[in-house]
Amino acid sequence: MTTTRIRRARWTKRSGVLALATLTATLALTLLAGPAAADDINLDKYDFKVVGNVKLNSVPLEDIEIKVDGGGYSAEVKTDAEGRWAIGVPEKGDYTVTLNEDTLPTDIAVVDEADDSPNVKEVSIGPSGSAVMNFFIGRGERNQTSFFDQLVERTVNGLNFGLMLGLAAIGLSLVYGTTSISNFAHGEMVTFGALATLVMSGGLGVPIWGAIPIAILLSMAFGYVLDAGLWRPLRKRGVGVVQLMIVSIGLSLALRYIFQFFIGGGTAQLPGADSPKIKLFGSVSLSVVDMTSMGISVVVILAVAWWLVRTRIGKATRAVADNPSLAAASGIDVDFVVRVVWIVAAGLAGLSGILWAYFRPGIRWDMGAQILLLIFAAVTLGGLGTAFGALVGSIVIGLLVELSTLWISSDLKYVGALGVLVLVLLLRPQGLLGRKERVG
Amino acid sequence: MDFLQILSNTTSSILSPATIAYALAAVGLAVNFGYAGLLNMGVAASMAIGAYGYAISALTFGFPWWAGMFVGVGASIIFALLLGIPTLRLRGDYLAIVTIAAAEVVRLLFLTNTFDAITGSADGLSGYHDSFRASNPIPDGTYGIGPFTYNATGWWVRIFGLVILALAVLIVFTIMRSPWGRVVKGIREDEDAVRALGKNVYAYKMQALVIGGVFGALGGIVYALPSSVNPGVYVTSLTFFIYTALLLGGAATVFGPVLGAVLFWVVQTFLSNVLPALVTSGILPFMSTTQAQTLRFILVGVALMLLVIFKPQGLLGNKKELTFVKQ
Amino acid sequence: MSNSEELPGGDEPMSTAAPEQRPKSTGLHKGEIAPGVAKVDPIIIADDIRRTFGGLTAVDVKHIEIPRNAITALIGPNGAGKTTLFNLLTGFDKPDAGKWTFEGHSLSGVPAFKVAQLGQVRTFQLTKALGLLTVLENMKLGAKGQRGERLLSSLFPALWRKQESEIEERAMVLLQKFKLAEKSEDFAASLSGGQRKLLEMARALMSEPTLVMLDEPMAGVNPALTQSLLDHILDLKDEGMTVLFVEHDMHMVRHIADWVIVMAEGKVVAEGPPDEVMKNQAVIDAYLGAHQDVDLGVVTGRIAGDIPEVGKYMADEVATLDGNIRSRSHKDSTPPEHPEKSS
Repeated sequence: MTTTRIRRARWTKRSGVLALATLTATLALTLLAGPAAADDINLDKYDFKVVGNVKLNSVPLEDIEIKVDGGGYSAEVKTDAEGRWAIGVPEKGDYTVTLNEDTLPTDIAVVDEADDSPNVKEVSIGPSGSAVMNFFIGRGERNQTSFFDQLVERTVNGLNFGLMLGLAAIGLSLVYGTTSISNFAHGEMVTFGALATLVMSGGLGVPIWGAIPIAILLSMAFGYVLDAGLWRPLRKRGVGVVQLMIVSIGLSLALRYIFQFFIGGGTAQLPGADSPKIKLFGSVSLSVVDMTSMGISVVVILAVAWWLVRTRIGKATRAVADNPSLAAASGIDVDFVVRVVWIVAAGLAGLSGILWAYFRPGIRWDMGAQILLLIFAAVTLGGLGTAFGALVGSIVIGLLVELSTLWISSDLKYVGALGVLVLVLLLRPQGLLGRKERVG
Repeated sequence: MDFLQILSNTTSSILSPATIAYALAAVGLAVNFGYAGLLNMGVAASMAIGAYGYAISALTFGFPWWAGMFVGVGASIIFALLLGIPTLRLRGDYLAIVTIAAAEVVRLLFLTNTFDAITGSADGLSGYHDSFRASNPIPDGTYGIGPFTYNATGWWVRIFGLVILALAVLIVFTIMRSPWGRVVKGIREDEDAVRALGKNVYAYKMQALVIGGVFGALGGIVYALPSSVNPGVYVTSLTFFIYTALLLGGAATVFGPVLGAVLFWVVQTFLSNVLPALVTSGILPFMSTTQAQTLRFILVGVALMLLVIFKPQGLLGNKKELTFVKQ
Repeated sequence: MSNSEELPGGDEPMSTAAPEQRPKSTGLHKGEIAPGVAKVDPIIIADDIRRTFGGLTAVDVKHIEIPRNAITALIGPNGAGKTTLFNLLTGFDKPDAGKWTFEGHSLSGVPAFKVAQLGQVRTFQLTKALGLLTVLENMKLGAKGQRGERLLSSLFPALWRKQESEIEERAMVLLQKFKLAEKSEDFAASLSGGQRKLLEMARALMSEPTLVMLDEPMAGVNPALTQSLLDHILDLKDEGMTVLFVEHDMHMVRHIADWVIVMAEGKVVAEGPPDEVMKNQAVIDAYLGAHQDVDLGVVTGRIAGDIPEVGKYMADEVATLDGNIRSRSHKDSTPPEHPEKSS
């Protein structure tokens, strides 16, 4: 039972990735797609495939949802009138095939005495470049998770996701507060952390416990370089905030494609991404990586809070965010503060990227861009420019994304979060924790 | 390397439906961003709504092409109104974030499996061309000179797109020289000042947003006319590319967006032809052809940054009339 | 495009000819003078206006009436709520409570643009000349009821061209008067600070208002331009308009105002004709609260009240206050009347 529940939890995550993975298709001018056929997907796009059919006593079942996950890729189809389905997959490797039992007619289920989650199967792509997975359907108990168990599971996932969003959002919010830049390249700073870890552990063979701190230091150096090489000179030129925002868009595009240039369009995994699950209480089971991730997030967020409230430079940061000219007049070195903010923000974003690479799981060139809007939503929800608001906003968004899949299709889960962003701006434009100010 | 072929492809891109589509969307964005100062980041959504509105009208409801276009444009007007009502009272940077979020929501709604029967989800839509092609007055055959040689359908799509683009440019040219344009430019400078003079700033911003949405939708339709509607096109990057084209030509100009769109596609087409060719012939070592294709998008990003920093008024803009609102 | 102040026209020093003192309007009020006194012919009547920012009450006005066809000054120390009251009366901010009327129309909840259309136009403390529009375009923007400002008719120049040239003529007349005609084709951004103030006022007049509200018209204006600006304000009254202005410059208040309303801590603490209001204990307290550096000897002398020629004495005293206030208002040209950051 345990594996099933985990798989179901993962299902929601991966299909979100699918939704956003498709967006990365660049400006393909002419796509020679045939008419919409739901029984196969991505066959032209990839060289490998998983196929099968679904029958009940040799009667084909139509419109049964089949999902294939693996290596950060995920796709979903429905069987055709002959019960057939086919899914193209990007890499030769292991995939999980899941049949959504909710789409079966009533009273029947996938049956397999030897398996306690018969609707979820593992397949490997063979030398032929394809794998076949046929489900045996019969009368029997469905393999179902109770609503309450799902609720708990997704709440925990949502918290985890929210905390890692929070790491990135606090940085974005600090940057906005001190420099008024809506930094669209923040997503690339997230990707940078994950990529640096990959290069350290995969490329240079540094053990993962050493690779991660090095990657965070590299991220901070990256933040320093961006400030010293780009943002500070632009501040000196007196470039307006709208211009800065568009510069950050250009930077985001350039960095994103530089990442793609070096690592290609595929997905890479960090060591330990498939760590085993440990059953905690009730239906909640978390992998060691998940638990470590949440622990790190909480500790780092507390440390940042302490830094902002207690240390001299942290207080100076808040003073600059509050009123830069007043802060400058009272002897605070605004340039120094802003530089520290860029370094801290880049470090936090990098850490967030590493944790997200485990959560998704997988590293892609555009992974940061995928959550950029969620980070913005979190920051806006909390009130632009307030670090603690950003944290609260992140947790709300994280929970919303995960919990909304209880009711809506998982490929729409970001829609709920972004929809709430629009609603909040309508009802409380200053955000949840923002100061009330005249915004229009 | 086949230089003639590369040059021919590059020249041909001047008249490609994609170029015309970009030009239309950029003209609309000029009204939003260049003249009214609205940071509309939802251009991709307007284009998607236009394209899907057109294709769905034909496929699901069997509408003729012109009715489908009205549906696409009408839907984008509704979208602009829905977007404008909550956001136009907000500060500029909020508008940017809300529009980009709304555009993403629209894209995900077109992409989801939930509405597969209507939207075709990840596969998109195709096969909606019959009505438009049936009304093609050009007899079958291939016409043109040199790189500008297309078949009857190719010409019909291009002529249609060019007529729409010419109308759009004419409209923007006229309204921006009218008192209406004066109010809108005043709003870009300082909306409180304009409000204090008794102008309904909110209504003007809404009108500007709707005009941008309509031209964006028409751009989306023209983009979809030759082949198919593919959800992978209407991503956030599309909005950024339109911004690049607009800023290249000049944000607060009438012809700038058109020039910018043409240059954008000419350079893109040239690079996408020449870079892989350079790799294959060994002139660009340490690079695969795929990487060479990626390189041109890196260059778009770098070009966008350099433009905004060093030539924010664009090629056709007036140096004095910098269009960036200092908020 | 020169930014210099020594331009022809409005910038010539006017000090050579002593300014003629125009007659003040009197008999504006009914009954005994007190804060909130009724006026013979009020143009604005406001009741119980309250606006708070967080915990801070910026404006809390029980009753206030602005007399018609007179020049009323709104004075008070920094943070007294003058600009906030201005914003509330013009619809640029919404009060937490209260109602007010302009020429009998209730203005509660009426948006700023409609307030302006009714004939109540304002200028801003920080000048809002539209820098990337030409001076003439700025002016034309001020005119009301333009057909070409409607989207559909804007597409057909024939519909609005005639009206446009009428507006242009009117704009040129005003620009001539404000000595800006030569700059009509320049971007407004190229004007000096004082010229922008003039432009903003001239632009407001394009809408043919009945009530002109000026927020610190003298702030940041080159002294050479001061007299010309004062004359323009006096002209408004002669042309039948009503003027309400916020000002720190006591010279200006004394010179042109027919009526003075004093605010402190969001409340109206005194009002009356300028010479009388400056004797008022509440006014002195209000300013003392904000300017502890005022020469106490002077104040004590006046508090004793045994100096016969009060009026003459006040002149000296006000001059002292002036100096203090002016040096102060130069230091912080944006009094923190909004506790929140402006966006």
